[in-house]
Amino acid sequence: MSTSTNLETPMVDADRTMRPSFEPGSAPPPESSAAGDPAINPAIPDPVLEIDRLSLWYSEKQALKEISLKMAARRITAFIGPSGCGKSTLLRCINRLNDLIDGVRITGRIRFEQHDINHPATEINALRKRIGMVFQKSNPFPKSIYENIAYGCRIHGINRKSVLDEVVERSLRGAAIWEEVKDRLDDSALGLSGGQQQRLCIARAIAVEPDVILLDEPCSALDPIATAKIEELMEDLKRDYTLIIVTHNMQQASRVSDYTAFLYMGELIEYGETEKLFIRPMKKQTEDYITGRFG
Amino acid sequence: MAKNSTTRRRDFVGTSLTALCGGALALNLLLILGLLLLIGVYGAAYFWQRDIVELTRVDGSRVLGEIHDRESIPPTPDAPEPGERIKVRVGNRDLTANDFQWLSLSSVVDRGTPGDAVVLERLEWGNFYGRMVELRHGDELLASGGDEVWRRFGPLHREKVRQRDAVRKLERGPIGDVNFEIEKLRLETRRLELARLPEAELARRQEQIDGRMAARQAEYEELATRLFAARDELMAETLVMETADGRRKEIAVGAIVRALRPNDMGPLAKSGLYLSRIWEFVADDPRESNTEGGIFPAIFGTVMMVFLMSFAVVPLGVLAALYLREYAKQGPLVRMVRIAVNNLAGVPSIVFGVFGLGFFVYTIGGSIDRLFYPEALPTPTFGTGGILWGALTLALLTVPVVIVATEEGLAAVPGIVRAGSLALGATKWETTWKVVVPAAAPGILTGLILAMARAAGEVAPLMIVGMVKLAPALPIDHHAPFVHLERKFMHLGFHIYDVGFQSPNVDASKPLVFATALLLIVVVTVMNLVAIALRNRLRRRYAGSAV
Repeated sequence: MSTSTNLETPMVDADRTMRPSFEPGSAPPPESSAAGDPAINPAIPDPVLEIDRLSLWYSEKQALKEISLKMAARRITAFIGPSGCGKSTLLRCINRLNDLIDGVRITGRIRFEQHDINHPATEINALRKRIGMVFQKSNPFPKSIYENIAYGCRIHGINRKSVLDEVVERSLRGAAIWEEVKDRLDDSALGLSGGQQQRLCIARAIAVEPDVILLDEPCSALDPIATAKIEELMEDLKRDYTLIIVTHNMQQASRVSDYTAFLYMGELIEYGETEKLFIRPMKKQTEDYITGRFG
Repeated sequence: MAKNSTTRRRDFVGTSLTALCGGALALNLLLILGLLLLIGVYGAAYFWQRDIVELTRVDGSRVLGEIHDRESIPPTPDAPEPGERIKVRVGNRDLTANDFQWLSLSSVVDRGTPGDAVVLERLEWGNFYGRMVELRHGDELLASGGDEVWRRFGPLHREKVRQRDAVRKLERGPIGDVNFEIEKLRLETRRLELARLPEAELARRQEQIDGRMAARQAEYEELATRLFAARDELMAETLVMETADGRRKEIAVGAIVRALRPNDMGPLAKSGLYLSRIWEFVADDPRESNTEGGIFPAIFGTVMMVFLMSFAVVPLGVLAALYLREYAKQGPLVRMVRIAVNNLAGVPSIVFGVFGLGFFVYTIGGSIDRLFYPEALPTPTFGTGGILWGALTLALLTVPVVIVATEEGLAAVPGIVRAGSLALGATKWETTWKVVVPAAAPGILTGLILAMARAAGEVAPLMIVGMVKLAPALPIDHHAPFVHLERKFMHLGFHIYDVGFQSPNVDASKPLVFATALLLIVVVTVMNLVAIALRNRLRRRYAGSAV
């Protein structure tokens, strides 16, 4: 896969200008909470995202309970846990996609580069531009392949054809799908196979130059070959982006991620380097889950 | 396992019910096909030239005409023998007052199809059936005797047709333009009176207008002289015709549309005539209070009105549906609005017509007149029925259809696609406008198709907001600003009603009803096919290639 060369090319100036001013809400310095427990507080070098005592309620039902964790830049962090444990909810807190759901209430803080993302002064569209997302089910827009990629740039004010052409090619190469679609960029994106659609969605996410990409069970609807391609792609993307992946699949978490968080019933049970967590879990619950005793 | 009686009974019920459903469908299809066939056959037959028969009756009198119908006479005490009678189109309305005559078959002793029998289609008074006798230019005899006249008539008539076209061009072109200018100047004078300018300025401007007016008047006089001369020339030659019973009638050659000897025509010539009559029907203006000639203004009015309606109804309906589906908080209120919208579709159309008259015509149109056209008052400009008000009234009538179809289209766009757009940093509005609406476009077009089909067939509300029996001018012409939305218009649906039931000559115009109905169906079908083709293109573009 020839993705790396293109990802390493310096960005053109136009891309710099489209980087939005992500204005901070004045965030207080991070408090060290739950510092004592090594099971959930590993040493994270260069944290780009810090979640601090985050709780979330869907109306009356509490879905996340006092979760605190930091995520490393240019690493892959995986959230694992049984269905309904809150891992997707946690992921959707990071780009505030839960805002769309009525009756959601949040306490605690999420800091992205030291700025509180839930602060009223935070510009949500600028935030989402810097924290991209790939969904469980591929969701290409009912447009051409080209327009799917160009869409993000267009809404952020880039309309020059030459720039868009370059972004489209770079993004599609970055998502390792360029060779497959370069001759039919004007065809409908809905005509692609499931795996291609999912890689197209990844290309769409990286087209706006985010810092973080959230992946919500990106392979759950794909066959093993397409899954392998996505996993390989994630390894490449890690060079430039911080990846956070929610997965059901423990093998996948252990294969691709650097850090793994295990959630259960809305609580963070264990968080640490993937190898350690899978080989020597500190908690009994983690061990039970990863050895397949429940979940 | 052997079937017991219960199973057999249940099988039987199932089979019969299936047959019943299929039968109901078949019946529906049969009814629709029958309707189309009926309209098609009668409508198409209207243009076919029949042979002319000459009937000699017992008393020696003769009748020349086309046989249009035949029916049995029920026996009466006076005539106990059941007989048959025929309906003959004898024409010559200027001589006999009736286009049609019923003849008892028993009174006919001889019938033939003479080759020299001629039917004239005339600009006025309908058809003339008879034989050619003389061709005259004033007192000068140009030709006499049936065949000689027939030979001379052809080239002369072609010349006259050219002259008639020239006269019409003169009337519609330069003379129409001058009249238009004169009317404009008259309104300008009136505007000046209303403007309350200082005395000197007023006089100066009035003088200007008077000067231009005088120039136009002179131009008009000159054109009028030319027109009268051309008309005189057009009417100079006359054709003397003799009816079957020997009466003579002089007819100006310039007033004849066609002269035919149908009994001498082969099938090929008749087919050519058939096509040329269809063309005349589609492309010409109506004559003789709509019972003859073409219906082009009605086709034009219908299509333009539907287009105007589409331009009004799509934005209105789509925006309303967007708010209902994408922005409004779903709850009892929205549910009630939705029910109300659905019920709006069931309100009798005449109610919309009355509303259109009160709101669009009198309130909005009246205000426009007071604000922008005070010089024309008391003659209303927009304050009377017009094609714009008709289109807007129908837009109100059809907006529920568009709202419902658009809502369905919007609901079919998966939520995850919206989330995908929001996750890229798009605002809700950008997501709606750039992702959701394009994806729902086929649904919106479905709504438009339904709305157009409904609007094209709607007559009742239009009768009070601008549709007329005969519109003097099309809503689009070469006078600036080219599109005249305040003008009244003709409509195929109303034309059917008018020709079929308000016409002084119902017998003659009955086939026209079928022909017009056929054309209305064709027009609606064509418009729908265009919209459907557009929708399919959109579907192909947005949907996967596999679908």
